[in-house]
Amino acid sequence: MRRVWAVAVKETRQIRRDRRSVLILLFLPAFFLFLYGYALNFDIRHVALGVQDRDGSPESRELIASFVRSTYFDIVANVRSEAELAALMDRGEVRAVLVIPEGFAVEVRRGDVAGVQVVLNGDNANTATTVLGYTNAVLSHASVTLGRPPQVRIIGVEPRIWYNPELRSTLFLVPGLIAYISMITAVVSTALSIVREKENGTMEQVRMAAISMPAFILGKTLPYLVLSQASALLVVVASMWLFDLPMNGSWLDLSLVLAVFLVGALGSGLLVSTMADTQQVAFQAAMLLAFLPTFILSGFIFPIASMPIGLQYVTAVVPARYFLTALRGVVLKGLDLGDVAPQVAALAIYAFAVLALSALRLSRRPA
Amino acid sequence: MIRRIRTLIVKEFLELRQTPRLLGLILVAPIIQLTMLGYAATTDVHHVPILIVDGDRSDRSRELIQRFSASPHFTVVAEADNPRAADRALASGQAWLAVVIPRGLQAALSGRGRPQDAEVQILADGTDANSSGVALAYASGLVNRFNAELAARQGVELAAIDGRVRVWFNPELESRNFMVPGVIALLLLVITANLSSMAIVRERELGTLEQLNVTPLGRFELILGKLLPYALVGFIDVLLVMAVAVFWFEVPMRGSIGLLLGGSMVYLLCTLGLGLFVSTISATQQQAMMTATFFFLVPMVYLSGFIFPIENMPRIIQWLTALIPLRYFLVIVRGIFLKGVGLDVLWPQFAALGAWGITVIALAAARSRKRV
Repeated sequence: MRRVWAVAVKETRQIRRDRRSVLILLFLPAFFLFLYGYALNFDIRHVALGVQDRDGSPESRELIASFVRSTYFDIVANVRSEAELAALMDRGEVRAVLVIPEGFAVEVRRGDVAGVQVVLNGDNANTATTVLGYTNAVLSHASVTLGRPPQVRIIGVEPRIWYNPELRSTLFLVPGLIAYISMITAVVSTALSIVREKENGTMEQVRMAAISMPAFILGKTLPYLVLSQASALLVVVASMWLFDLPMNGSWLDLSLVLAVFLVGALGSGLLVSTMADTQQVAFQAAMLLAFLPTFILSGFIFPIASMPIGLQYVTAVVPARYFLTALRGVVLKGLDLGDVAPQVAALAIYAFAVLALSALRLSRRPA
Repeated sequence: MIRRIRTLIVKEFLELRQTPRLLGLILVAPIIQLTMLGYAATTDVHHVPILIVDGDRSDRSRELIQRFSASPHFTVVAEADNPRAADRALASGQAWLAVVIPRGLQAALSGRGRPQDAEVQILADGTDANSSGVALAYASGLVNRFNAELAARQGVELAAIDGRVRVWFNPELESRNFMVPGVIALLLLVITANLSSMAIVRERELGTLEQLNVTPLGRFELILGKLLPYALVGFIDVLLVMAVAVFWFEVPMRGSIGLLLGGSMVYLLCTLGLGLFVSTISATQQQAMMTATFFFLVPMVYLSGFIFPIENMPRIIQWLTALIPLRYFLVIVRGIFLKGVGLDVLWPQFAALGAWGITVIALAAARSRKRV
């Protein structure tokens, strides 16, 4: 135990001496959170709308006004010709164009179904789907106000949204950011710290010293565990303060989930370091093994349910996936440890597996 | 001069060959990343797990349920009698949406029962705000179509205004068509900027930079010789990734390939110059990698509009994104792939990229002044 402590003290000193790395480990998470928490969202407002009003009637102006009143659309262009419409769409100056044909008012007054056309820029499918939803909502609302109210009884829809009533995407993305940021700091710092010893040739000295491999590794990772846990909790507190992230569960559960996840992340860093001989390779491998899956396959941004089945199986070995479910569960839904037990168990298994694997690799291969 | 540069290029390639793992990463990583992003990076919402609580158990309610189970957007994971089941399913994440059909729906629709019984409740788990919003829109669209059909059976036209929507550039609204071209821009940045950020710092760490300094190599010759090999690697990556995008993912290629390659060249100027600049401000490889990744690459990826639309960001951050070359190249790649537009539309982006590249290389050269 004394030896573990000695390594930990040495590592802490080394961390302190490398000013830029400390800066990166401590302040970058906060900076990331601040920048991305504000910048990243899928909440679509102020859709740039072009309007081509070929009818020029009170009814057509009323329809246009209902788009503006919805607050989702900003009218940015008055389109006069097909060519102009195409040019605006090509340059991306409008996301959608509402075309009201001649005779619109006549049809509305007669009580016929009056057709309008909506041209939509589909390049970003996600935005386009949302805009399509807004458009349909505005049109069906205008249907009632402009036309006659329906003569038949119809099924009404009453949506009720739980956990995040305003559907703010920030509440969904911030837990993902927490996972992403913790993963980065934990994996990179451990991976590089051990490969650095290899590169500098000090690994041989360690092997000759009277310390066993597990004790050495424990001592090496301990400072980083403390550092990452502190920085992760800081990020959680900051997100509550900055982005009104609610805390519906208990802090103890949260810290526990966080700790299990971080041990796994540090283990991943360790595993990377056993495979790489240079810092450059270690860094590239860490990017490939840790960040990309955390970013893409964890459900951080892209829903796992929409992925092809094969990939859904792959996500089973991505620890961030379980961490995110547990984190969102505790923070947003107010679940307790019992509810997220399967996720915590999966994280523990992952942590055990990577640690065992890297211990195996380290003991088998004398440098 | 040409001979001196060529010697340096040969030396760089020899060094690259001696790190086979790095070479593997350069060639294999793009393909893995593209496949992963191409398949996984979808914001499309399919197969939303829903729970249905049928309180009516009538012909009408069964017809409505049938619509949900037939829709590709939804997968009915459970049916229940008790609305309490919805609580549990949403909390555990078993279902994202719960459709609660009230008792008396059929009666209310035929005009006999109470009108409020015709209100179907849709409970949504808002934790994934984006997917839930889309799923809710799908669900209410589905109910609306069902309504129109019910009305049509009674000979009534429900909608007074019929919106015919034409979707341009990506009619099936496949998010893959948007993401995959973006990946080309992303990978180029990550690979070439990372590689070139090592270029000079490695020599400094190994102490071989002094040796280079005593050779008759000029400052620009050094930079050119260092960058050209990586430019070549980047160019091979472009072709590789483009081929996968077009032939494997079948992303439509509507514009000119030549223009895209030309744009990639200008863009490479930026990414390589950026790496070089990082190289000149770092003392060790570790610093260079961390600086490049955390201060440049990651912010660029998030703030470029690669995934998160710039138009959704706060105004100040929108201005900030004007400094990101990836932003301009994304417009170029997506414009050429999906819209098939040419230089007449894209010239501002080309100009911005060119200016950015020249500035950053000049900065790097000024900082290096051979002492590096």
